[in-house]
Amino acid sequence: MSAAAEIVFDHVTKRYAGRDAPALDDLSLEIPAGTFCVLVGPSGGGKTTALKMVNRLIPFDSGDIRIDGRSVRDLPLTELRRGIGYVIQQIGLFPHQTVGENIATVPRLLGWPKRQTAERTVELLELVGLEARDAERYPAQLSGGQRQRVGLARALAADPPLLLMDEPFGALDPITRFRLQTELRRLHREVGKTVIFVTHDVDEAIQMGDRIAILREGGVLAQYDTPDAILAHPADDFVAQFVGEDRALRRLALRTLRDVTLEPGSQSEPGSRVSPDTTVRNAVSLMLETGDEQLVVVDGDRVLGVFHLRDAGELL
Amino acid sequence: MRDHWGDTLQPALVQHVELTAIAVVIGFAIAFPLALLAHRYGRLEHPVGVVSALLYTIPSLALFQLLIPFSGLTWTTVEIALVSYTLVILFPNIMAGLHSTPDEVLEAAQGMGLTRLQVLLRVELPLAIPAIVGGLRVAVVSTVAIATIAAFLLPDGLGYPIVLALKEPTPFKTEIYSAGGLAIAFAISCDLLLVALRRALAPWAVTGLA
Ligand SMILES: Nc1ncnc2c1ncn2[C@@H]1O[C@H](COP(=O)(O)OP(=O)(O)OP(=O)(O)O)[C@@H](O)[C@H]1O
Ligand SMILES: [Mg+2]
Repeated sequence: MSAAAEIVFDHVTKRYAGRDAPALDDLSLEIPAGTFCVLVGPSGGGKTTALKMVNRLIPFDSGDIRIDGRSVRDLPLTELRRGIGYVIQQIGLFPHQTVGENIATVPRLLGWPKRQTAERTVELLELVGLEARDAERYPAQLSGGQRQRVGLARALAADPPLLLMDEPFGALDPITRFRLQTELRRLHREVGKTVIFVTHDVDEAIQMGDRIAILREGGVLAQYDTPDAILAHPADDFVAQFVGEDRALRRLALRTLRDVTLEPGSQSEPGSRVSPDTTVRNAVSLMLETGDEQLVVVDGDRVLGVFHLRDAGELL
Repeated sequence: MRDHWGDTLQPALVQHVELTAIAVVIGFAIAFPLALLAHRYGRLEHPVGVVSALLYTIPSLALFQLLIPFSGLTWTTVEIALVSYTLVILFPNIMAGLHSTPDEVLEAAQGMGLTRLQVLLRVELPLAIPAIVGGLRVAVVSTVAIATIAAFLLPDGLGYPIVLALKEPTPFKTEIYSAGGLAIAFAISCDLLLVALRRALAPWAVTGLA
């Protein structure tokens, strides 16, 4: 497995021809290796522009973008792109190729031996939750969710240290989207790559990101921090409004009962029984619903402890 | 009674196949590189398209007449006319095929680091196959039809037995029917062959889901 890459945006500015306002205005961003970084913001904030500059689908005017200290301008274009996984909302699978052939695109460009490519394809299909026999199918024979799984597998094929994703789940129904979000997080933990993920959905940003960069109209970086820090201390009114009035509850949703200190308790303790994977937000919601002041956290038959309603406020 | 098949129909059919094959092959050999050039250098597409469209508006008999002063009553004259028509059909179809790759597919291909040539060979051309074969089907069928008109110039092709029969005081209906029937059978056979070719070259396009 190749290591993850560190990405640095260094005072990057982009002005499209014939437009006065910049699409991206002096963007500086350091993304440590292995980080899941989400670019979020209103439409026209320059998220796609910023993303496509990394693999040079869009040229930038000034400043620099470096991958592991090396400017993207110093690498031959094809070499740069073959080393970066790229996933877009419209997916762009090759309709004339089977799923297996689609996934093998970059390994084939890199001249991998056939056997290695075939083994990798099987491994990837499993990784993204598809079956080995799906390799023989054509994209037109798959559902939207399955297609995006293939898109993800194709981007991961040659094990690139960096993954660029532009609203990859934007066109999916909420249930499929949630499933793929959860799986992408798991996958990120497993393969440990740097991911730059674009969305305009704040909930998705908070759920997915280790770090969130909020871009506002005109391509100005409004805030760059962890989801918890952004929710706790929005940099300005724009950010505060963008992340929503229910910031406190959103912060509680970032933590599960596993992350909080519980009071010791026994089997005889009153209150609903919940799993330690319940988010604090859902735990609070449940107590408000039942009118109880406390919950008992259980792992199977074992009591892990007791969580009090009054403890929730102290977490903020 | 003469042996219609051995004396007349069989040679006429062979000539007709030759007239058609030469026209389609040469037409394709010109249209294909021209379309690749026009695809690469966008500015060419419009002028080529206009010239072909103009050609198509000239009635075939008139086109033969126009060419006779230059190339006489020869196969060359006939073929120049036939090739012109196939060009007019094939060029826009090949262009449409090359343009049919969806934007997001091109973006993904570029993003994965395919070179321009690789995008053409591995993505755009395979995706153009259904449109190209579609163009060939129309070109072949219409060339089979137009080639019968060549009999007004030369004693060749399936049109000739028809022209001869029409000149008789009481036309031999059998000649007209059998020559016409052969032309139709030939056209249909070519069309079925091309459909099979598309199935073989573009299996993804016949799953009916694309
Ligand atoms: N090719 C282009 N030519 C001119 N202007 C462009 C081009 N692409 C984007 N822009 C402009 O640049 C700005 C930023 O666009 P960009 O697509 O990066 O925004 P975005 O944050 O991805 O928006 P969305 O959430 O709608 O996808 C917008 O004002 C857009 O109109
Ligand atoms: Mg965008």
